[in-house]
Amino acid sequence: MIKRQWQGYIFSAVLAFGLVFVGTVQAEEGGLPSAGTSVQDQASLQRGARLFFNYCVGCHSLKYARYSRIGDDLGLSEAEVMDNFNFTGAKYGEAVVSHMSAESAAKWFGKAPPDLSLEVRAKGADWVNAYLNSFYLDASRPVGWNNTVFPNASMPFPLWELQGLQTAVLAPAKAGEDAAVEKLELSQPGKLTPAQFQQATRDLTNFLQYVSEPAALQRHHYGIWVLLFLAAFTLLAYALKKEYWKDVHEA
Amino acid sequence: MAKVLTSIGDWIGERAPGLAPMYRKHMTEYYAPKNFNLWYYFGSLALLVLINQIVTGIFLTMNYNPSAAGAFDSVEYIMRDVEWGWLIRYMHSTGASLFFVVVFLHMFRGIIYGSFKKPRELVWLLGMLIFLVLMAEAFMGYVLPWGNMSFWGAQVIISLFGTIPFIGDALVQWIMGDFLPADATLNRFFALHVVALPIVLLLLVVLHLAALHEVGSNNPDGVDVKHGPKGNRWSPLAPVDGIPFHPYYTVKDLVGVGFFLLIASFIIFFAPTLGGWFLEPDNFIPANNLVTPSHIKPVWYFTPFYAIVRMIPSFLGSAIWGVIAMFGSIAVLFAMPWLDRGAAKSIRYRGTGYKVALGLFVVAFFMLGAVGSGITAEVIPAWFGNVDVTFWENLFGRVMTAIYFGFFVFLWAYTTFGWETTKPVPDRVTTHD
Repeated sequence: MIKRQWQGYIFSAVLAFGLVFVGTVQAEEGGLPSAGTSVQDQASLQRGARLFFNYCVGCHSLKYARYSRIGDDLGLSEAEVMDNFNFTGAKYGEAVVSHMSAESAAKWFGKAPPDLSLEVRAKGADWVNAYLNSFYLDASRPVGWNNTVFPNASMPFPLWELQGLQTAVLAPAKAGEDAAVEKLELSQPGKLTPAQFQQATRDLTNFLQYVSEPAALQRHHYGIWVLLFLAAFTLLAYALKKEYWKDVHEA
Repeated sequence: MAKVLTSIGDWIGERAPGLAPMYRKHMTEYYAPKNFNLWYYFGSLALLVLINQIVTGIFLTMNYNPSAAGAFDSVEYIMRDVEWGWLIRYMHSTGASLFFVVVFLHMFRGIIYGSFKKPRELVWLLGMLIFLVLMAEAFMGYVLPWGNMSFWGAQVIISLFGTIPFIGDALVQWIMGDFLPADATLNRFFALHVVALPIVLLLLVVLHLAALHEVGSNNPDGVDVKHGPKGNRWSPLAPVDGIPFHPYYTVKDLVGVGFFLLIASFIIFFAPTLGGWFLEPDNFIPANNLVTPSHIKPVWYFTPFYAIVRMIPSFLGSAIWGVIAMFGSIAVLFAMPWLDRGAAKSIRYRGTGYKVALGLFVVAFFMLGAVGSGITAEVIPAWFGNVDVTFWENLFGRVMTAIYFGFFVFLWAYTTFGWETTKPVPDRVTTHD
């Protein structure tokens, strides 16, 4: 009886961990280097927000994110947010909408810049981070830039002054195919060292990850208490069950 | 206080004298076998998840907008601006997946212990109807966030009906209310998901439980305690190996609930997408009829059935065979009580052939899931290099489909022609002290 019960608990634990394991393994697939982001790192989120509002918001909106929520979650005052992040005259409680109209953007770039509110949820932090590190000069593209993670992306690379200019080193072309990009080379350094730039893109990715799911901050905050409560509840329920079932074993 | 409660109880009892006997019949004097093991937690857990889905669903409808223009935005509104909206939605989305985890295990329990056999055929049939309605409920619920996978999933699944000869195309348009999944589709799916199907589901659950309580619960030994000796410490007329459902199984199920909620909460709070298995990345992109996701696939719990529809090729100028096979893979489960004619109910006393066949069936079910979710399409080139992926995936998937259906054919032959050698079944459950 006792033995069989323990078999049961072991079985359920294995099942549960198997489920979670399959989920995490699947999440790690894709072959991109880990972005190494953490939405718990508020300083990183603040630096990422500064980058976003200096380099990205000219074209990209965050239509589901309100300035006020960003201020609250990133530990910034209303004045700090309105002075540093809001260039459109929007109210503090309004969403982050770019000044650029979709029509003219589509005319200039061939495709309207997408809203980035959910970019990290759709593509993953690793993808976004790798994308930001993989722009290179390509004279054959309309705006002069190309990207190894997202080939033939329409986006010019606004962070070039930070990273510098990357050019592609081509592998020898196979018969009948275009030469593939073997690696990217920094041909002209930017304002930041490569290590600093990687940190900058990690911060920016981290901010976009936060924006794609602000609830993540609350989830982690409450989650641990919920689990502790449930662990105590389960122990109590188990003790109660043992007590009651004494009748059954005596009967 | 106790006095007040008693007098309230008496007041009600005088006016509704049938209530207390009903409570006793289903709770304190419902004698369940005392040897339930882990497999017997999943029924009460399914009920728990059903209640969770209904309660969180009610709160979701308060802020959800069932229109093609507003659905996606309203879900993000719930996630960001509604107080605790993120928790309500994650409870609902995690609950949906865990519902299937629990129901699959509950059904498997029924199979391994022969719980569908006489006299419990009605319990099984009603349970299968619940499963069918649950699948429809889950499919329509999945369409509501109106992400790109919602849209394309709806497009693919509804199009399955288009394979029906003569009326197919008209039927697809009738279901969608348009030529593509659109506003009309979303509106009717919302109505069905939040009103029609939950009512049917609740009714079926009541009937499922009523049918169960008529005949009594089976147990891991497959021995009918009702036919055994009588008299236990609670009643001289009750089965000797039966114990009152309340308080013994209510308190035991509470432990199961605790474990289950720990797992569920871990997912809800720390991994709500479960790496893309419970909430898929493509569904964070709004529905777009011009951009197809790179791999259209259903959520994990439909993948074994979806694999079957994909694996059956078209022939005689029709693609309906795959659809028939897919529905057949569920329909055949309805027939379990008449396919499995084995003398012993529980796997504990059944022949080796049964155990091997069942093991293969479980493997085939998981492998079909791997095919349906696109795992084999990734694994085959990764393990075997430059091979014809479609050919090998189809071969693998078809073998697994054959094993899935083969299990039922084998089971029928094995038990009908007397090929099974069973072990002696004890007179009473094995864990009586």
